[in-house]
Amino acid sequence: MIDIQERLRQIGPLDGAPDDDLLVCRCEEITKGEIRRAIHQGMFTIEELRRYLRCGMGLCQGQTCGRLVRNIVAAELGVSPTEITSATARAPMRPIEMAVLADDGGAAHG
Amino acid sequence: MDKTADVIIVGGGIVGCAAAYYLAKRGISRVTVLEAAKSIGNGGSSRNGGGVRQSGRDTRELPYAMYGIRHLWPALSEELGVDVGYVQKGNLRLGKTPAHLNKLKTLTENARSAGLDVRMVDAKEVQAICPYLSEDVIGASWCPTDGHADPLVTTLGFYKRSLELGVRFYTDAPVKTLRKIKGKIREVILKDGTVFEGGTVILAAGYESRFLARTVGVDVPMSRLIDECLVTEAQPPMFDIMLGTAGADFYGHQTVHGSFVFGSDCGYEEVTDMEDPSQLATNSMTLSASCRAIMGYVPALRDAKIVRSWCGWLDNAFDGVPFISRVDEVPGLILACGFTGHGFGTAPAVGLILSQLVAGEEPVVDISALRYDRFTPIR
Repeated sequence: MIDIQERLRQIGPLDGAPDDDLLVCRCEEITKGEIRRAIHQGMFTIEELRRYLRCGMGLCQGQTCGRLVRNIVAAELGVSPTEITSATARAPMRPIEMAVLADDGGAAHG
Repeated sequence: MDKTADVIIVGGGIVGCAAAYYLAKRGISRVTVLEAAKSIGNGGSSRNGGGVRQSGRDTRELPYAMYGIRHLWPALSEELGVDVGYVQKGNLRLGKTPAHLNKLKTLTENARSAGLDVRMVDAKEVQAICPYLSEDVIGASWCPTDGHADPLVTTLGFYKRSLELGVRFYTDAPVKTLRKIKGKIREVILKDGTVFEGGTVILAAGYESRFLARTVGVDVPMSRLIDECLVTEAQPPMFDIMLGTAGADFYGHQTVHGSFVFGSDCGYEEVTDMEDPSQLATNSMTLSASCRAIMGYVPALRDAKIVRSWCGWLDNAFDGVPFISRVDEVPGLILACGFTGHGFGTAPAVGLILSQLVAGEEPVVDISALRYDRFTPIR
């Protein structure tokens, strides 16, 4: 059980960092500062951050920035990155055109 | 940790978070929300297609669906301090056959009798509203006040704003049982044995609400049904209306972000089961079937790339409308479940109504048709 208000008190107020303008998610253009701010608003999990900011929700689905985001969350919450659950991977593993996916031979009427 | 509260909300989805927000907004801030998953909004709240609709709804849902669209959605971004992506540009429900049109006419007449501005449009008008649609579409119903929003940001926006107003949230806090003391609801006991106490308990835990209601002797007749969605990579702006079909092949819209989000199915949903329902594994047939359905109505999207698919469980009420109700046998218990896939768009209105039920006020619209004990034997 995580007491969100208690954890927010523990991690303290958000202070500016010199590299807050750094682009972390290149697909959706989300900066380190935006991610840190969201964590201090109560988004403690990778899933919540993705849903709130779209980091890792673009074309590469977080295959580039996933580890970076995990490290930022761990640093902000003061825990080891291994304690942070990664996002779930879902099909398709690479972006695929609708016309290609539709042609899987399974059409009900040819 | 203070384990007593005025109100305990079981379920940190959009309904629970919206209820918490409207309670805190009116000054009832000793509110505790218990979420079973590690993330807020991990159920249907984050897995739906983002419709904010009235057309096609059961007439028992229309009063609060319409109230939310008139009074709550327009200023929600400003209230919550996040962009909820609300776009109110209308909904076309498309038909390809005379049977489809008959179905749409019935829905339209029912909705008009409940006061909704919705009408039938012919093929020419369909093309004028959305030139990207297939020539196979012979008519549609058109509701200009329908729209869509971002379910992910809306849910977490209610959560964020509630936190700012002092609501206490606990995640990874699955509830095992409810308990009455001296004839009234009092205790909410977690699987790890932690006991929370409150004068009022709102049960907004989706399908799992059924198991929890049963622990205080109440059965909520609903079943679980899987539903899938997909999202494309961002496309140039094409249209801002919401789409649905009379054949229920698919529904969806282009988001403010540029990507298209569609919901669809493969036909085996009724018998889909998973050993662990939290696994949420997609069906290998559905993504391809969805693409065929979408291309059948919006051929221009054939080269749009799919970047992700996902699924979620609906809490399907036996008669298709939710349970939003006090429980006579369990004073202090309020049900908010069985949303049957319509919970996102109505969540702000439902949250407001729940806050009124807690305060002992008459809700802004009549919800007596949503009582938990509305069922009578059919023979």
